[in-house]
Amino acid sequence: MAQQFPALIITIPLLAALFTVPLGTLNRRFCYPWLMFIMAAVLSMAIVICGRVITFGPISYHMGGWQPPWGIEYRIDQLNALMLVLISGAGLLGAIYSGPSFKKEIDGRQTLASSLYLLMITGLMGIVITGDLFNIFVFLEIASLSGYGLIASGGNDAPFATFRYIIMGTIGASCYLLGVGYLYISTGSLNLMDLHRLLPELYHSRVILTAGALMLVGIALKMALFPLHAWLPEAYYEAPSAVSGVAAPLYTKVAGYLMIRILYNLFDPGFFTEVFPITTILSWAAVFALLIGSIYAIAQTDLKKMLCYSVIAQVGYIVLGIALANRAGFSGAILTIINEVFTKACIFMATGAIIYRIGDSRIEHLGHLFRRMPITMLAFIVGVFSMIGIPPTCGFFSKLYLIFGCVEAGQWVFIAALLLSTILNVVYFFRVIKVACFEDPQPDYERKEPYPEITMEEAPIGLLLPVVSAAAMILITGLGSHWIMVNLITPIIPAGF
Amino acid sequence: MLEFIISKYNFWFYVILMMIGLYAMLAKRNLVKKLIGMNIFQTAIILFYVSIGVKAGKVHVPIIIGGHGTHHAIKAADYLNPLPHVLMLTAIVVSIATTGVALAVLILIYRRYKTLNEDEILAIRQAGRETGA
Repeated sequence: MAQQFPALIITIPLLAALFTVPLGTLNRRFCYPWLMFIMAAVLSMAIVICGRVITFGPISYHMGGWQPPWGIEYRIDQLNALMLVLISGAGLLGAIYSGPSFKKEIDGRQTLASSLYLLMITGLMGIVITGDLFNIFVFLEIASLSGYGLIASGGNDAPFATFRYIIMGTIGASCYLLGVGYLYISTGSLNLMDLHRLLPELYHSRVILTAGALMLVGIALKMALFPLHAWLPEAYYEAPSAVSGVAAPLYTKVAGYLMIRILYNLFDPGFFTEVFPITTILSWAAVFALLIGSIYAIAQTDLKKMLCYSVIAQVGYIVLGIALANRAGFSGAILTIINEVFTKACIFMATGAIIYRIGDSRIEHLGHLFRRMPITMLAFIVGVFSMIGIPPTCGFFSKLYLIFGCVEAGQWVFIAALLLSTILNVVYFFRVIKVACFEDPQPDYERKEPYPEITMEEAPIGLLLPVVSAAAMILITGLGSHWIMVNLITPIIPAGF
Repeated sequence: MLEFIISKYNFWFYVILMMIGLYAMLAKRNLVKKLIGMNIFQTAIILFYVSIGVKAGKVHVPIIIGGHGTHHAIKAADYLNPLPHVLMLTAIVVSIATTGVALAVLILIYRRYKTLNEDEILAIRQAGRETGA
């Protein structure tokens, strides 16, 4: 049974997405427990797979029994086992969150939204689990298309933001597909491991260079790497809370995973440092991303918009770690991915809970929030500490490794940029905390005069539980970062670092 | 030069189509035209894939046991390859799905703003933001 988990972990949410529609037509209230049940099943399978990979080493699963270069291979090593757990974990938190959030924001359309939600998780898991380049394209589009549908169901300007996302996302996916085509005409293979073996002889062919460039541009578009980030802030801002609470932590990080695969598993690390100096370009793009994202975040007056820009800044950290191309930088990139998934889930979901109670997320409306929603704000603070990088949280360790990586590469400018962006993080988050701690709600806030007693009105348990669990996971991954380093990250550091 | 262009005419066609699509997506202000540009862009890539599978006068069996597992790349030029066509069936489905979703989103946009011109929509949103603030 457990041998079939790599296939089941994709097929179960895929089929469940289809069954959601008749189930929801029967009675709309079935969707919420059904969604949670499926996501819990997927998470437990992901944990079993991860455990097996840690004990027995990489798993290779041949779809339909076809041998790898021809058939589709699902190849799971420590990196994608980790990603599977992260995606299904955030997916479960989002599923718990979706009940109250969907009811408040898109009541009446829960059935279709739940179905799309499962398709989105299927797509993201598929990108991560498969070892076939064309299969990655298909799953990329499954994830993106369900994402478009979910985002378009959001606020007033959501359709327009979605349309921009569709155009940019499609250009990205098409560039990736074209790159795969170039690899295919020069090697005749689509399997990642097979290509890794076939490519070295062709490293000086211009077709391969073009293929690598096209694929990286496509993925950079999907992960909103500066300067290709323009679609992201508005799309995530307009999405329903449950959707932005899952999309923001997952999409850009899955694209980051893909970038790692292409740079270091498809090609050899040496290719990019000797033949094709893309890592230099990427690291400068990353530095600009993390500075400009933070500066834009400071300029925002709305908490959720501010977080969207901080997603762009965080993409910079991941890409910087990847592009440093050394041991510490690579570990830092993966720790940043882990940290980001839980931090962004925690902060976005906490913001969603605030919107649920207050009605919007303009920073001046957040006065005395600590007294009104103490638990949510406590979790929010944990998330903020992790974003800034304060010791017991995972964010501290990821930033530490990134800085070690910069030292190892001798890039002092990058260290300055990392520290500067940390200070900018402090600026934009402490502004929120200051208002939430010390300031009265602004006069235009609709309450009567004078200010009524501020009573505690915490978010419903369905919103609170995921926020608190995400905050707990930030601390657990921080404290357990040594275990993660030894068991999950060290085995996958590419040879040659 | 002419020889170079003619012998690789399928690549020229797909590049030209792709650039037409890209131009429409970037330069046109009407959202439907942007969508059409997106379709042309995707179709160009489908054309590219389909054209690489076909070779005049080559009739080898496509799947060759052992022809693949050796240590060097196989000579793709030696056989007629059905795989790109099969891949493109999937890509066509993806592109139809994208078009469908985009059209549905365009209907929503039209209902909200009563126009599909990007400049007008941006002006309406700007006006809304100023009165709202």
